Amino acid sequence: MSKWFIFLVALGISLGVSGQVKISGRVLDGKKKPVQGVSIGIKDSYDGATSDSAGNFKFSTTEKGSHIITASSIGFRNFELPVDIATEPMIIDIVLKDEISELKAVVISAGTFEASDRKKGTVLNPIDIVTTASGNADVVGALKSLPGAQQVGESEGLFVRGGTAAETKTFIDGTLVNNFFFSSVPNIAQRGRFSPFIFKGTVFSTGGYSALYGQALSSALILESIDMPEQTSANLGITIIGVSGGYQHLAKDKKSSFGIDYNYTDLRPAFALIKQRQEYEQVPIFHSADANFRIKTSKNGILKYYGTFSTNQLKFFTPSLDTLGYKDGFALKNVNMYHNLSWREGLGKKWKMLAGISYAYNRDDIEAGLYDQDKKQVSIPGFEFKNFQQVQRGNYFNSKLVLERRLYGLSMIRFGTEYNYSDDQSDYTAYTGQVFSQTVKEKIRSIFAETDIYITNNLAAKIGGRFEHSALLDKSNLAPRISLAYKAGKNAQASLAYGVFYQNPERIYLPAKAPLLFTKATHYIAQYQKVTSQRTFRTEIFYKKYHDLLKTSNFNGLQIASGNEGYGDAKGFELFWRDKKTIKNVDYWISYSYLETKRDYLNFPNAIQPSFAARHTASLIVKKFVTKWKTGFNGAYNYASGRPYYFIANNAQTGKTEFLDKGETPDYHNVSFSLNFLPSLGKKGAKMFAVYVLSVSNVFNFDQVFGYQYSYNGLRKEAIVPPSNMFLFIGAFLSFGVDRTEDAININL
Amino acid sequence: MHKISIDSSPFKMSIMKKYISLLILLGFIYVSGTAQSEKYLKVMQEKVSQVDQARTVEAWQELANSFERIGETEKDQWLPFYYAALSRVMMGNMIANGQTGGFADKTDPEADKAEQLLAKALALTSENSELWCVKKMIATLRMMADPMSRFQTYGMAASAALQKAKQLDPLNPRVYLLEGQDKFFTPEQFGGSKTEAKALFEESIKKQETFKPASAIHPGWGLSQATYFYDQCK
Repeated sequence: MSKWFIFLVALGISLGVSGQVKISGRVLDGKKKPVQGVSIGIKDSYDGATSDSAGNFKFSTTEKGSHIITASSIGFRNFELPVDIATEPMIIDIVLKDEISELKAVVISAGTFEASDRKKGTVLNPIDIVTTASGNADVVGALKSLPGAQQVGESEGLFVRGGTAAETKTFIDGTLVNNFFFSSVPNIAQRGRFSPFIFKGTVFSTGGYSALYGQALSSALILESIDMPEQTSANLGITIIGVSGGYQHLAKDKKSSFGIDYNYTDLRPAFALIKQRQEYEQVPIFHSADANFRIKTSKNGILKYYGTFSTNQLKFFTPSLDTLGYKDGFALKNVNMYHNLSWREGLGKKWKMLAGISYAYNRDDIEAGLYDQDKKQVSIPGFEFKNFQQVQRGNYFNSKLVLERRLYGLSMIRFGTEYNYSDDQSDYTAYTGQVFSQTVKEKIRSIFAETDIYITNNLAAKIGGRFEHSALLDKSNLAPRISLAYKAGKNAQASLAYGVFYQNPERIYLPAKAPLLFTKATHYIAQYQKVTSQRTFRTEIFYKKYHDLLKTSNFNGLQIASGNEGYGDAKGFELFWRDKKTIKNVDYWISYSYLETKRDYLNFPNAIQPSFAARHTASLIVKKFVTKWKTGFNGAYNYASGRPYYFIANNAQTGKTEFLDKGETPDYHNVSFSLNFLPSLGKKGAKMFAVYVLSVSNVFNFDQVFGYQYSYNGLRKEAIVPPSNMFLFIGAFLSFGVDRTEDAININL
Repeated sequence: MHKISIDSSPFKMSIMKKYISLLILLGFIYVSGTAQSEKYLKVMQEKVSQVDQARTVEAWQELANSFERIGETEKDQWLPFYYAALSRVMMGNMIANGQTGGFADKTDPEADKAEQLLAKALALTSENSELWCVKKMIATLRMMADPMSRFQTYGMAASAALQKAKQLDPLNPRVYLLEGQDKFFTPEQFGGSKTEAKALFEESIKKQETFKPASAIHPGWGLSQATYFYDQCK
């Protein structure tokens, strides 16, 4: 017993004796600069200190023997040093290594504009898409004010860096969208089918995009739909162009939601107010309905469905250039359906999966003809061909699977496969009553892999490749893609990108008269950017080389693909500056693009600057929210230098095409203005949230000429101009059951 | 109870001895355990007392680091992680310095760190009004860094967290302090009101009078802040 007692006393004494040891030192970073605020301590002990502005620290400890000294600070890798603490004071100098983190690491950004609120280094916020005055609340509208995109007003789509609209492909939740825009109407640009409000993230690549995407020579527009609505709500919209209503339901546990919307667009009131150049027999009327559901499958997993069904019809006349006193008529009926199902899931700690399928059906019934003053269809000798009917039906299926595995740090590898099926049928009924039917079916199978490698915080690379096989062409291709990003100073980085891109020949020129190849483009991009939270500056220079572009020959008055002898290139530089700081409460951006491009494709006699490409393009976007009036004011000025136009005709003797006329349009100017009034903002317990919108495009009524169209013989030409110089939009959007006061409160907190 | 069979007297003493030794050893371990806990209480009390006095980025940084070190040593205690997260948010608030927008690059890392620390506390006790108050503060810090684009996400998250905090403990004075601050800093056009803020600060002060922290190291802060803001509303 006494032995035990002595032992215990001895033990007690040894524990009780608190000989303190002083530990001090200095913390430096990799560049030998002192680091402030670092927590230095002893593992499994309270003892420790925080480094001061000179990186110095000191503390005392009662711990003895073998321990581990730790040092940690945001942005640095944890430091550990085994030590033996005796009785002597200790001096420990610590050098912290940078942690490779999203916070500090460079962003691989060459060629890419991103609108998202999650990641750093994004140029736009999702709200910018809908508050850009010249954007008309259209998904691609705001993107046209970014460098790289053209101000093309006579047809829809994004014309990027000397590329055609067909060279830009759109993806929703990973899968390809066909017929992203409403069906084309001669000389009138159509809007996108999808509301910008259903997307939370937009990536607009003007070149050098990821190996996950393909079949676009110039550009990829990658859209990500929203996950869950914030609350259950009903909404109603009344505008000068129609009415809309919808309901979104969020389950109590916030793990699932569903919604339905219906839109009715009728342009009669707007066209009564704003005179159109076209003489309408059937003013455009659109019906569209959409439905969605979203289910959280796990903490990081979500299953999303979005589907739309829409129909629209119109018929109008324009004075005929071929036969004076007569009218050209154009009628369109469209039925479109689109379904998208995607599943995102985390598979354990390292793996992630994204699977998606989409199916679309589109049918256009087009009727064109020559009409007399009484709008009776007539057949004039020599111009009988102007009377025809065409029915186009398309079935499209796209599926994609991407697996992602995290490697060390931020590095990761992604790989997967894509299958794209399309079936296009066209029945063309000539004035003789003869029906020409054709079907083009295509199956493209792809596999791709890509890796993001972060060598340090200052240097990162994205290396990928894509392999595609086209059943229609019976050809395969392999497209390498490489991007590098290097940190060039605080908030600044330089990037390089190189990539090869393949695309199938456009369907409207098929079936071909000869075996075809993939068309091909090679991109070279160099970028410098400096981004702070209030200001963004970026500049890019690029060179794009086109190979194997499609050439066409005239076949019964139709342009049909005849080979891949086309070629071309595009080069230029671009500037972007966004500033939220200089002028208080004013947010503005300026973009400028310089483009030099030539190409020989389709029926061009030789390489020329195509008519969709302007040499200089610039935009100024200004936004200001006046809290006192609860009103946002948005202005935009868009400029483009004149574009060339050509009349190309077949020479019957040589069998080749030649220019019968050419010229250049005047410069394009457009000033737009929009205003959003939110009277319910901050009203306590408001059961209804209202947004009133007024927007005017081409405020100063500038004459805008997009190009020229010619009579059949090329002897007469007429300017292609917008349907009306100015357009006015007025609308009220009401949301019920959503008390957004809390959001508003926090706006200016 | 342990069953001890004493069947033969020659062994009796030695077994007794061993048994008593065991008891003493257990007692010692218990005492040393208490000593550990006393050390914890002592250090925590010292640091917690500084919470109401910290006014600078450096002071909050120091507290955040200290509480985190304690938390990493006492992994089953929620309080050190709670205070560490709180100190991180306060540090962020000091960096923000009453501005609106434009400092996301500086405060987001602090908010991320606070979130990590809070997650550790929530893993130990999720239905805790104090933790949801900090969750609200983190969301507000994030939102303030870029209000125009973040109010929809983080503004909603902040008010939801505060509501949860209130629901878990309607007597928590800090709930009313935070609610009052929202009213205080929001412009009137957006539903802010100094009168309503004043009433909330008054409520917070009143709740402070009756609020009994579970121990000396449980959250009890906020009286001086509430009083300060209350005076500002006059």
